[in-house]
Amino acid sequence: MKFKTIHLILLFMGLVLGFILSTQFRLHSEIAASYPPAQERTAALLQELEEDRQSRDELQHEVSVLRNRLDQAAAGPELAKMRTELDQVRQLAGMTNMEGPGVQLTLNDNPNALPQGMDPNNFVLHDEDVLSVLNELKAAGATAIAINEQRVISTTEVRCIGPTILLNKNQRLSPPFVIFALGEPDTLTNAMKMKGGVIDSLLNWGIQVDIKKVEKVKIPAYSGALTYNYAKPK
Amino acid sequence: MWWGILLAVLGLLIGILIGFNIPVFLPQDYAKYLSVAALAALDSVFGGMRAALEDKFNHGIFVSGFFSNALLAAGLTLVGDRLGIDLYLAAVVAFGVRLFQNLAIIRRYILNHKIK
Repeated sequence: MKFKTIHLILLFMGLVLGFILSTQFRLHSEIAASYPPAQERTAALLQELEEDRQSRDELQHEVSVLRNRLDQAAAGPELAKMRTELDQVRQLAGMTNMEGPGVQLTLNDNPNALPQGMDPNNFVLHDEDVLSVLNELKAAGATAIAINEQRVISTTEVRCIGPTILLNKNQRLSPPFVIFALGEPDTLTNAMKMKGGVIDSLLNWGIQVDIKKVEKVKIPAYSGALTYNYAKPK
Repeated sequence: MWWGILLAVLGLLIGILIGFNIPVFLPQDYAKYLSVAALAALDSVFGGMRAALEDKFNHGIFVSGFFSNALLAAGLTLVGDRLGIDLYLAAVVAFGVRLFQNLAIIRRYILNHKIK
């Protein structure tokens, strides 16, 4: 056989074609592997969420168990002084259930139909509204506050996450928000109803606000964990 | 003729081996261009087969068609991407239609000449 240039070219072309086809095959299978179908992805994410929720609940349970053990450890007579101190500190930190006179404040979105051409954002409750209510309550001397059974402590945030608000890092609350505040009922009510105050401005947007004095307000303890990784007493 | 086919097949096998074993990998963004180029190359190969069966095979046309079609198809896809037009569809349709046409002609040729 005579070896001609065309043979070399044919060999080269076969090489190129084989290379293109195999590379394409590899690329395609890689793409298919890295983007699983949407449904599978959703299922995987849901499962992950469920697992995380479960581990959160387990951890929360562990916290309460450990707290009980701490209580037992501090039960000895020689530790009585320390224990009273611990109780005091816990009360201040919001780790105990509280009870006493106070107010009950209910916030809800505007129930009326939206006027034509108005921004719906103006007629729903926002994290800022809740925050200003909390702020005003604190300014009026509320000593313990809870929103929808979630205790407000020093590190509590009120964050907007879509139609709900986020509290204490992992608690989603949705309207209506029922805020219990422990404190002098008259002072709290008057502070909230102040002319040009918080309730006034909320009513402006048609947001439902209801405040009433309550003889006996029950406020739950903070249920999450507290870690101070960076703040050190000096 | 037969040596040429043998060599082409040999090249194809070596190319596939290389393609599967090279460590450097093309970014996934290029998959689209490569796929159109592969289609164009396949079209050229079938076109070449058909020409060979019809005794009209021309080296120059075959080789230049193989590379220019592949490059043009990939280039068209690139331009289309930049302009927001799915120009690769043009390549897919054109080469796809031709591929089937060539296949049909090859099939008829074989049926007419070998079965008789």
